[in-house]
Amino acid sequence: MPFFKVGDLVKLIVDKNKCLSCGGCVSVCPKQALELKKYPEWDKDKCIGCEVCVKFCPVGALKLKRD
Amino acid sequence: MFIEPEYDVIVVGAGPSGTSTAITAARLGLNVLVLEKQQQVGMFKRCAEGFAWGLIESLELKLPRKCWTQEIDGSYIYAPNMKEFLIDMGKTSGYVLERRVFDKWLAEEAVKAGARLIADVNVYDVIKDKGFIKGVKANFLGEDYEVKSKVVVAADGVESLVGRKAGFPLINNPVLMDSGFQYEMAGIELKDPHKLEFYLGTKVAPRGYLWVFPKGENKANVGIGIIGNSPETAKKYLDDFITKHDRFSRGSVLEVNAGAIPVGGLMKNMVMNGLILVGDAAHQVYPIHGGGIGEAITAGNMAGKVIWHCIEKGDWSEERLGDYNKLWWDKRGNALAKSEKVRETIEKMSDEQLNMLAASITKDDLMKIVDGNVAILTKTLLKFGVKNLQKKIFG
Repeated sequence: MPFFKVGDLVKLIVDKNKCLSCGGCVSVCPKQALELKKYPEWDKDKCIGCEVCVKFCPVGALKLKRD
Repeated sequence: MFIEPEYDVIVVGAGPSGTSTAITAARLGLNVLVLEKQQQVGMFKRCAEGFAWGLIESLELKLPRKCWTQEIDGSYIYAPNMKEFLIDMGKTSGYVLERRVFDKWLAEEAVKAGARLIADVNVYDVIKDKGFIKGVKANFLGEDYEVKSKVVVAADGVESLVGRKAGFPLINNPVLMDSGFQYEMAGIELKDPHKLEFYLGTKVAPRGYLWVFPKGENKANVGIGIIGNSPETAKKYLDDFITKHDRFSRGSVLEVNAGAIPVGGLMKNMVMNGLILVGDAAHQVYPIHGGGIGEAITAGNMAGKVIWHCIEKGDWSEERLGDYNKLWWDKRGNALAKSEKVRETIEKMSDEQLNMLAASITKDDLMKIVDGNVAILTKTLLKFGVKNLQKKIFG
């Protein structure tokens, strides 16, 4: 067991003005850490900080913010 | 009121794959419920709306006039150096649909066949019991429902919430997924309102292509699909292209669309006990052009038949539902896998190599390559003595 979780060190920010709710980020997340409600919802316990979703987003609506 | 406690089949998602499954299953006499998340069937499109069939043979339906906006009789393909390659079919060979109308028409056909369909229903979980998927948990206008079924159909698109909640081992790989972005534009100038336009090249659309699909004399879906791990966004590539072309840059934007296109990752297994995946949820997309409507309808029809057969026999375990895997791989999967090989070969080519290919290929050979013929691609490359190219690409 790692002694810290990636999700404690980073935060996924969804820019709701840009997001088109297309579900692309959800479909590429390798850890199923995203779920599409009205906008994608992020599960910090599952996130490994790989940024696949950030790169995939067709409009650049996602950012992984490091604390 | 609308939702009964139990059905033979619950289909989640009222896109072409879901409604085709419902049409087939309901015609065979099954009690079918279709649940759609959006407030309206056919919204919001994540699609360029190209479709090749005037007659949907598997469902014995004719495409009504109201469902399409434009007849298509060929394509212009542009190499990275902008050399134009015209494929003129000489007759109507496809349509650009209006998905809002098309999806609703298929939904009505499902209802006519005896299925029940309800929009604005949020399916948030599945019911699991003794290793079987036995229904769904859903919310309809603030009220929670648990609806039981023999078989659940995950026709809920590329992010398939049902597949996820059921614990289906979904493939999530950004290399097998195109990032798509599109404007539906009006007030633009088209090369020919009856021909599709495709633009290729690593600078225009890395790995994928940029498309212009006419929806009228001065109206089109202008969109792009690029590899999922590209450092720049699909929107940036499309905006760059539009800015550079006056015939688009003065246009209006009627719609903004985005979505993931599963151009790879075909699944050997698409079933679990009491669950079947169809359409984008099962990555049933033609890997070269990314078209999914025809694949969705074909697969939905197969799923409907297999589900009926299983329910008749009283066994809808993974093993029995697995007939759908066999049927689909036999009729479509193997062809799609071949075409994926072609795509993998083409995507390794540089702009220079693509230019050479475009300069030397014949229309017939191009059609064969799009049909998944790797041998023709190899032959074309070799015939024109593209030095080192073959070595570079094939090993």
